[in-house]
Amino acid sequence: MFKKRRILMLLVPFIAFIIGAIFLATPLLKGSDPSKLESALIGQEVPKFTLQDIFDETKQYNADIFKGQKMLLNVWATWCPTCYAEHTYLNKLANQDIYIVGMNYKDNRKKAIRWLSELHNPYQISLFDESGLLGLDLGVYGAPETFLIDSQGVIRYRHVGDLNEQVWNDKLFAIYEGMQ
Amino acid sequence: MLPEIGQFSLILACVLSFLQMVYPLYGVRTGHQGAIRSAKMFTVLQFVAVAISFVTLAYLFFINDFSVSYIATNSNSALPWYYRLSAVWGAHEGSLLLWVFLLATWSIAVALMSKNLPVESMARVLAVLGLLAFGFYLFVILTSNPFERTLPYFPIDGRDLNPLLQDFGLVIHPPMLYMGYVGFSVAFAFAVAALLEGRLDSAWAKWSRPWTMAAWMFLTIGIALGSWWAYYELGWGGWWFWDPVENASFMPWLAGTALIHSLAVSEKRGVFKSWTVLLALSAFSLSLLGTFLVRSGVLVSVHAFASDPTRGLFILSFLILVIGGALLLYAVQAAKVKSRGRYELASRESLLLLNNIFLIAALIVVLLGTLLPLVHKEIGLGSISIGEPFFNRMFTILVVPFALFLGIGSLFRWKRQKLGELVKPVLIILVLSLFVSLAFLFIFAPALTWLAVLGSFLGFWIIVSVVYEIYLRSTHRHSFINGITKLGNSHWAMSLGHLGLAVMIVGITMTQNYSIEKDVKLAVGEDITFERYDFHFDQINALNGQNYVGTVGTFSVFHDQQKIAVMNAEKRIYTVQRMPMTEAAIDAGFTRDLYIAMGEQLPDGAWAVRIYYKPFIRWIWLGPLIMAFAGFIMICDKRYRTKKNPVDKLGEKDV
Repeated sequence: MFKKRRILMLLVPFIAFIIGAIFLATPLLKGSDPSKLESALIGQEVPKFTLQDIFDETKQYNADIFKGQKMLLNVWATWCPTCYAEHTYLNKLANQDIYIVGMNYKDNRKKAIRWLSELHNPYQISLFDESGLLGLDLGVYGAPETFLIDSQGVIRYRHVGDLNEQVWNDKLFAIYEGMQ
Repeated sequence: MLPEIGQFSLILACVLSFLQMVYPLYGVRTGHQGAIRSAKMFTVLQFVAVAISFVTLAYLFFINDFSVSYIATNSNSALPWYYRLSAVWGAHEGSLLLWVFLLATWSIAVALMSKNLPVESMARVLAVLGLLAFGFYLFVILTSNPFERTLPYFPIDGRDLNPLLQDFGLVIHPPMLYMGYVGFSVAFAFAVAALLEGRLDSAWAKWSRPWTMAAWMFLTIGIALGSWWAYYELGWGGWWFWDPVENASFMPWLAGTALIHSLAVSEKRGVFKSWTVLLALSAFSLSLLGTFLVRSGVLVSVHAFASDPTRGLFILSFLILVIGGALLLYAVQAAKVKSRGRYELASRESLLLLNNIFLIAALIVVLLGTLLPLVHKEIGLGSISIGEPFFNRMFTILVVPFALFLGIGSLFRWKRQKLGELVKPVLIILVLSLFVSLAFLFIFAPALTWLAVLGSFLGFWIIVSVVYEIYLRSTHRHSFINGITKLGNSHWAMSLGHLGLAVMIVGITMTQNYSIEKDVKLAVGEDITFERYDFHFDQINALNGQNYVGTVGTFSVFHDQQKIAVMNAEKRIYTVQRMPMTEAAIDAGFTRDLYIAMGEQLPDGAWAVRIYYKPFIRWIWLGPLIMAFAGFIMICDKRYRTKKNPVDKLGEKDV
């Protein structure tokens, strides 16, 4: 009796491990690309918000900025090393006349401005989401993330992780080209 | 031709590792002496085969053979030769080859250096290591072959190594880190072998202790190097980012730290044995988990370069097989282990148990912080993000009791400690450490904050109690001079290791509380002054490196009118990948670092310049170095080299 209980107790690490492994395996087994998170918002308009401009506290933006042309919405922060790696490629895209809106997420305004002035600013508009409220509405999982938004302001795709040449050429470019 | 030789010897190594796993176990089962003894031979052969493969890849990098696609994507003919060599482990395929190569290195070290291990135990240990090697060889050969060719159309030149990784830190950081990760495989193999044998005793703890310590030592250095690299290379002056990949290396370290403490108890007192085995299994499992997290792309991070779901699935299956199997074996076999030693609540055993509890709590914090966003999403609760504030708060809370108990822990006796005897020493330590920490802050800090007082008090609490304990121990039976020379290696190792932690706590406290950051606009010839340092912008020049161009700003630094340094801050553009990099100028010092990073040139010709003053930041890395050195002292203890099992004669040799 005592021994049985002991074995049961000793099984705890094993069981905990198996449960953990199942959680880790599901995203892989589903065959889904882990960097592509489904968003409930795909096919929907960008949620309503009011955010300040990063350079100018007195300037405010709302969801209307997403209407009129197709664009990328890039979520970034200075505390995110991946964003640093990604930045060069964003500059490249900006040079190809792709309209990118930047959303600085849960960050420090001063550091963010410094970042943009040092690494070049690829963004047409830079939103400052200090409290992460718009991030919450968008279901942002971390930084960086990039949303593809069409000219009606409807979210068409969400990419989690860094945006690089491979990701752009393999996936996003086709979606971007296909958008209105 | 050469890449095929590399590929062939890799396959050969894979076959040999399979034999190393199967044949000795068959020998143990049937009592076939030849088969038992073959373990050593297979280990040596396997090492030779993988070494040929590894050296071949390094040589191919050296001669710029861009017909190999891994080299074409990660190297360039303009890269200096030493970065071409370190580029071998600059990306996924090569770093895995490094991983298996190091595993073979540890295996051969075990095979050749454990002369006092019974042959059957040795056969089991090497067989388990063979199993691990076999899994990783399959992984490399099937999913991530570094020798794959781009024939017939190969590029004239390569795409270059990621500029972030072109740095001295990268030359040594991954090998050190991997030495640590992989080194825990030895502790794992010893644990599994002991479970298979059904024999968990003090001898087992004694055999695996120096190996565990060696792995822990490398991991400590590896993590510290990574932190140092991030500090000077990423260019924003931080030293730890709680990035998933950093966490992946920190988790095995926490488990390993718990393990070296609980191994000490198991060896000395014969208790905690089944717990120690579990820790040994965990430390290596967490190393594997770290590899999985980094390689599968389940977590997104700057380090997760080549991520690929098939690779993730492969590692995960292997993980489930190895860890799941080991834990199942543990559940069945550990029940047979009986603890013989007895101890009371107030005893060193209890304090060491407490140490383990805090370390495991810290481990769980890191594990949850890293995985919870993932799990949360999986069970459909939406996405959450856990960042630096969470970890910082949790660690600030955890470190307080941890450091307090650590300080007095070494004063406790084994088995039973009368608490009354400790009142006086604890009071002395309390008063002294309060006094020293306040004096320290008074001299080095511009103002007092609660957190700074707390942090430096904890640091000095450990330092004072370590020194006081050495004093007590050495004057216990002898005069101080006489007694201090009688302290054993492991005693010094313990004291030094704890001092290392204290140094690090002080460093973190000072850096986190008193760093100054300034963003200024400076034109050539202008000055800026703060913290009694005067920075003069002397000149700006063009820069031409082997594979980059850029500008370099030169600054003269004066302290109280004395010229103390000339600093050159660079901005580089790496020509192949068109990637801009900031090479900060750092004037390192024992009590402070000065750090200058160049920003953009402004329209009026002046430059945006960022200047940091980082007090005591060197201590953050000095601490781990001391800890690693302490580990080295412990490994050098004679008792791990003698053939027989001498009973420790001196009571001073505790822990």
